Amino acid sequence: MKLVIGIVRPEKANDVLEALYRAEVRGVSMSRVQGHGGELDRVETYRGTTVKMGLAEKVRFEIAVSDEFVQPAIDALCEGGRTGEVGDGKIFVVDLERAVRIRTGETDHGAVTPVGQ
Amino acid sequence: MTGIDSGDTAWMLVATAMVVLMTPALGLFYAGLVRSKNTLNTFMMCVAALAVATVMWAVVGYSIAFDGDGDLIGGFGHAFLRDVAFEPRDGTTIPHLLFMAFQASFCIITVALVSGAVVERMRFAPFLVFAALWSVLVYAVLAHWAFGGGWLAQQGTLDFAGGVPVEMGSGFSALAAALVVGARRDYGRQALLPHNAVYVLVGAGLLWFGWFGFNGGSGFSTGNPSVLAFTNTLLCPAATLVVWFALDLIRGRQVTAIGAATAIIVGCVGITPAGGFISPGWALVLGAVAALPSYAVIVMRPRTRVDETLDVLAAHGIAGFTGILFIGFFAQTSWNDVADGLFYGDAGQLGSQAVAALATPVYAFVATFVILRVIGLVMPLRATDHEEALGMDIVQHGEEAYLTGEGAILIPHEPDGERSPA
Repeated sequence: MKLVIGIVRPEKANDVLEALYRAEVRGVSMSRVQGHGGELDRVETYRGTTVKMGLAEKVRFEIAVSDEFVQPAIDALCEGGRTGEVGDGKIFVVDLERAVRIRTGETDHGAVTPVGQ
Repeated sequence: MTGIDSGDTAWMLVATAMVVLMTPALGLFYAGLVRSKNTLNTFMMCVAALAVATVMWAVVGYSIAFDGDGDLIGGFGHAFLRDVAFEPRDGTTIPHLLFMAFQASFCIITVALVSGAVVERMRFAPFLVFAALWSVLVYAVLAHWAFGGGWLAQQGTLDFAGGVPVEMGSGFSALAAALVVGARRDYGRQALLPHNAVYVLVGAGLLWFGWFGFNGGSGFSTGNPSVLAFTNTLLCPAATLVVWFALDLIRGRQVTAIGAATAIIVGCVGITPAGGFISPGWALVLGAVAALPSYAVIVMRPRTRVDETLDVLAAHGIAGFTGILFIGFFAQTSWNDVADGLFYGDAGQLGSQAVAALATPVYAFVATFVILRVIGLVMPLRATDHEEALGMDIVQHGEEAYLTGEGAILIPHEPDGERSPA
């Protein structure tokens, strides 16, 4: 059981969702985050004030999956999120100690497997 | 020859300012309808109209529209506002200069309207060029046909406040612009949703307010036609709203806010040509009738491949068409002292209206198509896919609408350099 964390461009978030859906990975949370990787800084000007925007908008996917779905989830994030330019984002995979489905109290594998499968 | 009337002049000064307010109001309306990353660019297209269309109007547009009564275009006698001063404009009791300013505000809002077809992908520089050319080659020409003594006016077309140049002119030009510039990258593939419905409602409310100056000022006086048009501008959109609510309820079981904002625009557009010519009762009917074809086009258009993004055709082109034809049926001499429609015994008026309703869309569509194709030969009309994905605010303006300020690193000014002016 792993937690797959993918940080991607906001404009690619829909493509990632589509790719995850096609890979039959259900159960996703996403949030808007700001971050800094290797991207060039954007320069913006507001009246007389010129600033370098050090943080870029990103979308962070968190996907808890059983082991056989780790690779499909990573593939979907790569396929949906890639533009080839610097700033496409990162994927982190971490071990997941426990998972509980609140409604039924199911734990672990049962909790990260979508209902009806 | 009558002189200047101070009451008429006072009202027209106010009416002109009200119509100028409509353009930033439209900017707000449009900005709410796009995605948040394109907020500023969308608003800026309206600001661009305030800049470019105003200058072009003073340079040559006004002269082409309102100098002499040539069939197709006016003259160049008023170019650079030559001989436009404090004497009353022929046929009015207000200073010529004020008449020019009032008409300028119409040109500005119309240019801004067309931008609704191309938001979220057209580059800003070619839009500035387009605004300059379109305001003269399309708006001023159509204004001459309908208002300046051109062939439509000569053959009896009645157009109180701009069904021809403003509404049908912008609506059918928008269709051409959407076809030439092409659909947004993700159109038809992803849901591209309005990002702030409150902007849309506030924008629609301010537009309605401005429209009282737009229609109420188009009599150029405080006389009966102005009072009639002013009051009809209250009644007609109200009827459109009620019918729109009903259509929403039938179709989706819920009344939508963005639908209501759209209904206000459709109602105001419908009454624009007809305001001073039909009775208040028929204005209510017009509002109800105008809702139907515009609603139908708004439902159908997103199912096509034509990304006429903010439905300028449905809200302005189609509703303007409805209003122009409605005059042909229900104009009434007892209310307007000018002409009767078919319903009151003059079938000929309907013919005159039909000619305008056919000729205007054809000219606006073809001229806009050619103008954009020619600009497209000189510079790319649209942003690249990558830029479109990033959003036009950052790419075209180097600014964002919703800034948190986090992560912004100040670039210090040169030690002895002057600060750029705020």
